[in-house]
Amino acid sequence: MSTQSTRLAARLMVAPSVFVLFIWMIVPLAMTLYFSFRFYRLLTPERSGWVGLTHYTWFLNSPDFWLALFNTLALVGGVLVITVILGVLIALLIDQPVKGQGMLRILVIAPFFVMPPVAASIWENLFMHPQNGLFSAIARGFGAQPILFLENYPLMSVIGIVSWEWLPFATLIFLTALQSLSSEQLEAAEMDGASPLNRFRYIILPHLTRAITVVILIQTIFLLGIFGEIFTTTQGGPGSASTTLPYMIFKQAIVAKDIGRAAAGGIIAVILANIVAYFLMRGIGRHLDN
Amino acid sequence: MARAASPRRKFLTTLAAWAVALVIFFPVLWMILTSFKTEASAVAMPPEFLSADWTFENYETVWSRSDYPRFFWNSVVISVGSTLLGLAIAIPAAWAMAFVPGKRTKDLLMWMLSTKMMPAVAVMIPLYLVFQRTGLFDTKLGLVLALMLMNLPIIIWMLYTYFKEIPGEILEAARMDGASLWNEIVYVLTPMALPGIASTMLLNIILAWNEAFWTIVLTTTKAAPLSAFIASFSAPQGLFYAKLSAASAMAILPILILGWFSQKQLVRGLTFGAVK
Repeated sequence: MSTQSTRLAARLMVAPSVFVLFIWMIVPLAMTLYFSFRFYRLLTPERSGWVGLTHYTWFLNSPDFWLALFNTLALVGGVLVITVILGVLIALLIDQPVKGQGMLRILVIAPFFVMPPVAASIWENLFMHPQNGLFSAIARGFGAQPILFLENYPLMSVIGIVSWEWLPFATLIFLTALQSLSSEQLEAAEMDGASPLNRFRYIILPHLTRAITVVILIQTIFLLGIFGEIFTTTQGGPGSASTTLPYMIFKQAIVAKDIGRAAAGGIIAVILANIVAYFLMRGIGRHLDN
Repeated sequence: MARAASPRRKFLTTLAAWAVALVIFFPVLWMILTSFKTEASAVAMPPEFLSADWTFENYETVWSRSDYPRFFWNSVVISVGSTLLGLAIAIPAAWAMAFVPGKRTKDLLMWMLSTKMMPAVAVMIPLYLVFQRTGLFDTKLGLVLALMLMNLPIIIWMLYTYFKEIPGEILEAARMDGASLWNEIVYVLTPMALPGIASTMLLNIILAWNEAFWTIVLTTTKAAPLSAFIASFSAPQGLFYAKLSAASAMAILPILILGWFSQKQLVRGLTFGAVK
């Protein structure tokens, strides 16, 4: 069916998407690159000029940058570890013959549909608040001092909130994958005397590999850009304790109004994302083939 | 599993599964409960579960005494608008790539997905400035465009995996039987593609509704949707817990209901067909 005219038609149909995505990618990137070498502050618009690599060296010499880099990777890594491990365990549990599986799925998937600011605000106010939160009530019930989650453990708290949002996604995908596992294979292994642990290790886990890879890939794309949860709860603080790279750049641009410096941060974020993306694309590419 | 479990074991696993599910769901439940309490009851210590003073007042107050309806309407326009615009651009593209694949189609799809990996903060500044200069800043049209572009790779990918499953032979058979291109589109392709288009639409409305980066950066008040409104509801300090909860409940309920309907498609959609 691929005559010359259908090929031409196909190109014309793809063209608008390619065009807008190309513009969306290249124009801002070129502008960011340009700004990153310029002095450009919104508060002193009369001053301008080339500054070379000053903004880049500022980032590389700033302890806050390395902390933000660490926080970004800790957030992505922490959430991935928590959601994959708990997700597999919960999926295994729900996949057992239980009553009301449909309703269970509905309860478990719910947090995924809660928008980030609402999720963050629920946890910040109704649970982690030192005076009125449910956690502090529980702590006091045991006669203990309430834990100051967002003040003393800001990054861990953010990791917890984000994990709660993404756990349903991981669980649902693992559950879907588990349900395509043939029960004969498991029964045969059980008859041959394989322990539950061995059945998990040699039959279930290999079957889940693809699903786990996919969960890691998709979540990483979204987790690298986590913003709303931090904006709503800690604002990156106290100090820079929960500032990630995206949030640090946001502060430079919107709060300090230093466009040049924020642009350099943006370029660094692009480089970081490219390093991560390189590994991700190889993974997705492999899955596309089969 | 076909194997008959012992009643005792089934009881225990059911109990455990429900306990875990309720723990995961509890924050949402607690928010909904709080939204029906009086402000005093919402912050009472020890917390009140069933003994609280129940009221509908918070919903009335939030709806009538704030700009809530405007934020809600902005959310509807932005999420539906960006999804429809995205579909209009993506459907022909995904269509062509699925039915007339070339040597470079796979590379093209990969490249489209890679634009999704560009950190939003990196393009934030230029977009912020361009929006300021062109008057798109804090307008619904501006957000429709930004969110459409942000989600376009996902829309194309999802549609592609759905279209890919429509067997090309059916088209050829229809053509052999003398169907015109128009008939082919109306009677053969559209009915087969519609479920895929519908679930793509549903998922992207959800993603756009919950988006909380561009909505915060590119708006102040006029075009701000619910995600920006709730994010700016800073430190409600005890007295407004119930109202905050009511506002939050109204912000997530439409999407929660849509989401429950689309949970089956969610898996294959967001994994680009890799897990079904």
